[in-house]
Amino acid sequence: MIDVLMERLKGLKSFQRGIHPPHRKKYSESAPIELFTPTADLLIPMSQHIGPPCQLAIKPRDEVTYGQKIADNEHPISAPIHATLAGKTGMTAITLLPGPGGRRCDAIPLKPAEENALPEGFLAEFLDRNWGTVEPTSYEPDEIVQKIRTGGLVGMGGATFPTYFKLKRNPERPVDTVVLNGAECEPYLTADHRLMLECPEAIVCGLQLAMHAAGAQRAIIAIEENKPDAIEAMKKAAAGKPGVEVQVCATKYPMGGERQLIPAVLGRAVPSAPAGLPLDVGVVVVNVSTAHGIARAVVKDQPFTHRVVTVTGLGVQKPGNFLTPIGTKFSDLIENAAGGVTAEAVKVLAGGPMMGPTVPNLGVPVIKGVGGITVMIDTETAHWQEGACIRCGRCIDNCPLYLSPTKIAHSIKHRDYDLANEFDMLACCECGCCSFMCPAQIPLAQYIRAGKNQWRIIQAQRKAAAGS
Amino acid sequence: MSDATNAAKPTPLPVKDAGPREFLVSSPPHLASGATTRRIMFEVVVALLPLLAAAIYFYRLPALILTVLCVAGALLAEVIGNAMRGCSQSSLGDGSAIVTGMILAFSLPAAMATGVTWYMAFLGGLVAVGLGKAVFGGIGNNLFNPAMVGRAFLMICFPAVMAAWVPTVPMKAELKEAGVDAVTTATPLYQAAKVSEYVSKANADPAKSEEFMAKANEVREQMPGLWRLAYGNVGGCLGETSALLALICGLWLVIRGVADWRQPLALLIVVVVFALLSHWISPERFQGPLYHLTSGALMFGAFFIATDYIGAPVNPWGRLVFGAGVGLLVMLIRVFGTYPEGFMFAILIMNALTPIIERLTTPTPFGGHVAAK
Repeated sequence: MIDVLMERLKGLKSFQRGIHPPHRKKYSESAPIELFTPTADLLIPMSQHIGPPCQLAIKPRDEVTYGQKIADNEHPISAPIHATLAGKTGMTAITLLPGPGGRRCDAIPLKPAEENALPEGFLAEFLDRNWGTVEPTSYEPDEIVQKIRTGGLVGMGGATFPTYFKLKRNPERPVDTVVLNGAECEPYLTADHRLMLECPEAIVCGLQLAMHAAGAQRAIIAIEENKPDAIEAMKKAAAGKPGVEVQVCATKYPMGGERQLIPAVLGRAVPSAPAGLPLDVGVVVVNVSTAHGIARAVVKDQPFTHRVVTVTGLGVQKPGNFLTPIGTKFSDLIENAAGGVTAEAVKVLAGGPMMGPTVPNLGVPVIKGVGGITVMIDTETAHWQEGACIRCGRCIDNCPLYLSPTKIAHSIKHRDYDLANEFDMLACCECGCCSFMCPAQIPLAQYIRAGKNQWRIIQAQRKAAAGS
Repeated sequence: MSDATNAAKPTPLPVKDAGPREFLVSSPPHLASGATTRRIMFEVVVALLPLLAAAIYFYRLPALILTVLCVAGALLAEVIGNAMRGCSQSSLGDGSAIVTGMILAFSLPAAMATGVTWYMAFLGGLVAVGLGKAVFGGIGNNLFNPAMVGRAFLMICFPAVMAAWVPTVPMKAELKEAGVDAVTTATPLYQAAKVSEYVSKANADPAKSEEFMAKANEVREQMPGLWRLAYGNVGGCLGETSALLALICGLWLVIRGVADWRQPLALLIVVVVFALLSHWISPERFQGPLYHLTSGALMFGAFFIATDYIGAPVNPWGRLVFGAGVGLLVMLIRVFGTYPEGFMFAILIMNALTPIIERLTTPTPFGGHVAAK
């Protein structure tokens, strides 16, 4: 209550409820983006977006050039995958994905070429700041959307929803505002922060292109107040751009969730998931890394092959922000860029500590949705010992979606999924505020995640039973 | 021995050579706020300590003995309950039994701990946690506030002892100076009830009107002033003494985020409104809001009993309804009931209504309920 008052007094944009986890961004926030050149073979998974996996468009054991399309799918919810380095592909294998649930999918190994695996001066081009001459309105909206699709862009905040699909104009549901998500509310991660500092012009250009494609008149750049240098840089880059404004948000988790960010900056409530989308209130949310990718894909015809990955946590020797080719194995990146894993490391997360799923070993590849690798030691992780719910209401008081996590979790615990659904289980965004706050250390978010999966299975069974 | 401990230590895994290193797999989030049940209970105990100090100041040793006996009984019941349920005794460490014992002690008269009636306090603690909590399955599963269950038990079994109010030690000194050697005293709420009774009798029977009015005035003259009430130098339970201190400690709990602000706020507002109305209707018969706020268990109960997590709804609106309901029932019992104070009954009745309140106040998600497919 008091912090909400403070936010108001400071004039910060915020949403109701939410939590204040420790930031722990200092490990990597001052490390400039470095280009990482893999030393081992890459492993490029066929499923790097929400939607059906891609099919291989090349033959296995084939020479590929940098940026060549190697896999695609005709389904509208999909994005092509490109060779992230020049080299030779191997036979398809199966890999574990660095995502929730330990999903596995097909992947193609890629042995980088000895020489010129990457075009000359790639880092300089990636961080190029001369975007002043680009006129976003000189592109046709359809052309922008097509180029985004060709470039293989997906939401880089972690949701990996194909970007082109969000920006495609739909006369029935017009978009009036594009929100650029620079909140980076997840503790530890600094990839977006560094990108906003080091090449804000490209991000603003990408944002303008997204506005133009979606037909929006207004764009809001939302940044948490704990990144004053990024706010400064983005304000400078956005100066004089029609319809683009920078808004400073409170430092609060999960500010970067679209269902929190939209009410914070626009005061609009997005209808509940799974049916409700930001599009229902005329908004599209684009992550800063995605906006950067849009600018490169549209203006320079560069495909999505690299992304900035923060490697951080007390479990790595040298935290930093690395421009990493998609498909780089965690082991390669951590060993050769971040100085390796310390002996005390106990957990490796694909992402930050609030929503990042763990990986069992370092053999998994970096995919499009991985913005960070957090290696945690024993003392910096929470140790859960589930007790009885004391009905303190902290989960409810801090749920940014106004749900009743304890009710949902206990319904699931007793395998009453219909009751869980009555308590709006499916609206949960799995941000983990409830688990974070719970004094009985009940892994509420985990229960709810499991319940949602079970619900899908039950629905399918019921459908099958009704059909037979 | 030393070999065994060495063997139990996990050997550090080899980092680079020999196969892929395995890491822990767990579901996010991987951070926690650090709040634990134990810490919450500890904070409540800390907030109760100034009140205990005040009780000891007013009643000296009996207050301490009473508290110790109640806590001991509560802890014993916890041990027995855990043993009977076949679970570990780790719940002793969470401090909830201590809180229950303390709250129970604060709702008992100090005289109980003097003389042969001391075992009642112990029995109360035993019943509070035993019948109030352990039989339901321990912490988190009870329907009723355990301390109030214990108090209800004592009230039914030992009504005379539960209504034996001794003057506080400072009061005794004052009375002695005035030349009175008082053994018992009336609580402010008892006096208020008496005034109300006499006034209503006077109104009902015009023939004896003056006689009753004189009696009412006699009681009214003995009633303590507001400052005295707030300061707490009045007869009553341990927790019924200093309303001001209860308010300060309670606000501290609210600021610390341990107690919810909703129950006390709703409760106090309802009490004030009710008292204003009744006082406005019949100022002779009914006391004003300040008298109600500072007397009896109101302040203590509003912040320490009504904010009990387990018997109250978890929903934000539910908690407001719960607090308002407690406030309303307290005032109904005080103003119209035969008991001078009704906090215990109010809490137990609202505990019973909690499931239905909770059902009716299920929050609507921020984006509306999930659309049916």
